[in-house]
Amino acid sequence: MTNLLVLQLLNGVQLGIILFLIAAGLTLVFGIMDVVNLAHGVLYMAGAYLMATFAAATGSFWWALLLVLPGAVVVGLLLEVVVIRRLYDRSHLDQVLATFGLVMMANETVKIIWGTSPLSVPMPDIFSGSVPLMGPLQYPVYRIAIIVAGLAVAGGLYLLVNHTRIGMLLRAGATNRAMVSALGVDIGKLFAIVFTLGAVLACFAGAIVAPILSVDTGMGESVLILTFVVVVIGGIGSIKGAFLGAVLVAVVDTLGGVFGPILLRSVLDASAAGQAGRTLAPMLVYILMAAILFAKPTGLFGGRG
Amino acid sequence: MSDVTTAPRAAPRAPAMAMRVKVALILFALFAVLPPVAVALGDPFMVLIATRILAYAIAAMALDLILGFGAMVSFGHAAYLGFGTYAVAILSSYGVNDLLLQMLGAVVVSAAFALVTGAISLRTRGVYFIMITLAFGQMAFFFFISLSAYGGDDGYGLSSRSTIFGSDVLENDMTLYYVTLGFLIALFAACHRIVGSRFGRVLTGIRENRERMEAVGFPPFRYQLTAFVISACITSLAGVLLANQAEFVSPAFMSWHRSGELIVMVVFGGIGTLTGAIGGAVVALLLEEWLGALTHHWPLLFGLILVLMVLFSPRGITGLLERTGLWRARK
Repeated sequence: MTNLLVLQLLNGVQLGIILFLIAAGLTLVFGIMDVVNLAHGVLYMAGAYLMATFAAATGSFWWALLLVLPGAVVVGLLLEVVVIRRLYDRSHLDQVLATFGLVMMANETVKIIWGTSPLSVPMPDIFSGSVPLMGPLQYPVYRIAIIVAGLAVAGGLYLLVNHTRIGMLLRAGATNRAMVSALGVDIGKLFAIVFTLGAVLACFAGAIVAPILSVDTGMGESVLILTFVVVVIGGIGSIKGAFLGAVLVAVVDTLGGVFGPILLRSVLDASAAGQAGRTLAPMLVYILMAAILFAKPTGLFGGRG
Repeated sequence: MSDVTTAPRAAPRAPAMAMRVKVALILFALFAVLPPVAVALGDPFMVLIATRILAYAIAAMALDLILGFGAMVSFGHAAYLGFGTYAVAILSSYGVNDLLLQMLGAVVVSAAFALVTGAISLRTRGVYFIMITLAFGQMAFFFFISLSAYGGDDGYGLSSRSTIFGSDVLENDMTLYYVTLGFLIALFAACHRIVGSRFGRVLTGIRENRERMEAVGFPPFRYQLTAFVISACITSLAGVLLANQAEFVSPAFMSWHRSGELIVMVVFGGIGTLTGAIGGAVVALLLEEWLGALTHHWPLLFGLILVLMVLFSPRGITGLLERTGLWRARK
């Protein structure tokens, strides 16, 4: 039981790290640019597909990862310049519609280029084994590597946001956009940087999970809604909130799926518990979100309504 | 969030509204003569497609009630469509086949869900509101996916359509079409009354200037929540009709794509007009059919049209028509 708990907790943290990488960009785009971007999940998907393509072309995980990053910059900048830039001073409704259109286009484009069958990405050799944790418990090295890489990026992001000039502008922008603009900062350039940064983070997340997932067209959407929940829970514009929210959501989601039925079995008979558990588990994160919003409508670390 | 509204302001409203009712009446007349025309053309299958369009028109109109008149961008409205469809599936499996009883069931469940999730969502505004309604919509979606007794992800085929007072007249596609049209007309009249009533004016007032309405003594939360629940209930009626049209229910009716499509329909026709939502549903679904016949990669084209429309004609098709002088709703 403890073994299972530790195992699932680690899986939860690993999912949380991925969610954080995606949510960090999303929360900045919402917080600083006030743009609803439904197409953010598309960037995560693009990262995974680029990874699969580059890995197949170069035969090396590392070269592929190295190539994904400039690819992500190109995709992010292109999207910003062609569409997102025109949406800054539009209503949320327009933003929803345009980015919804982008999602439809992106999913279909992926189907045209890569087909509908899922792709897989080979794991790098040095990360392919498992390590013993405690007692008989083994855990895949690659998942640990994801956690470490994610924490490193989170640390880097923390330094960037809190200890650099550009980070200062980001924080200022999230608090009061008009004032930053009035003080002579080129807000257009700042927005492009923010959006591209978010795109790179999401692509990176997609690239590093590609070896443990099957890469397919639906992957961006399942994760998009979860990152929305993360951003709402954490508070729009807050990276710290995104981190805590991501881990919270992922751990609740993972543990709920496994332990929900087990806990219910103590009060219900086995088949009813199994059914109720399967029904309730996917709803847990939304119930969590509702509870948090009920107490704090702007999320855990959100300043603005 | 008055920035959402592009609808005409209050002052020149009355003539524009009369005009819209006139256009709606013309639309209804066209709908009414469609089945005989379809039969004459030797294409009775058209009636079934048209029934689907009418059902979606009801849902789009319901969404317009809160989106256009209340500036609440709900991205979870497909959930209510789903409640309607599953009300048919679940109740009929317990032997309750009556259309009106199934509608009652759908409305009760939708009202309860809308009351709870609406109360939480309406504590927030703007981007938060959009994302939270989306999340609650997904919650309902996952609930029905895991409901294995009714097929889960695969859906559930209905053994028969609903009955009306014990008679199975709806098995006839033509009857189903006219019943759906009847509901559309009745619900349009109801929505039109709501919008023109004191309640509707307060709702529009909150859209235009929330603080002022609050200062005058109208608590926005209560009015918006009421509108949200009404809209949810009407949408669930569309779901009941849709289940009868498809004779099949599945969680696909409530995916977030469907919620997005409902918003697209409202915007296609120009928001805050009711008539526009009906026209928008017709245009959006016909466009889907047409593009789908053209290529099976139709979402690419549909998405492209959507992006271009937002970038170049923010006021929807009404806006396009106005620009060319074919339609003068603003007068």
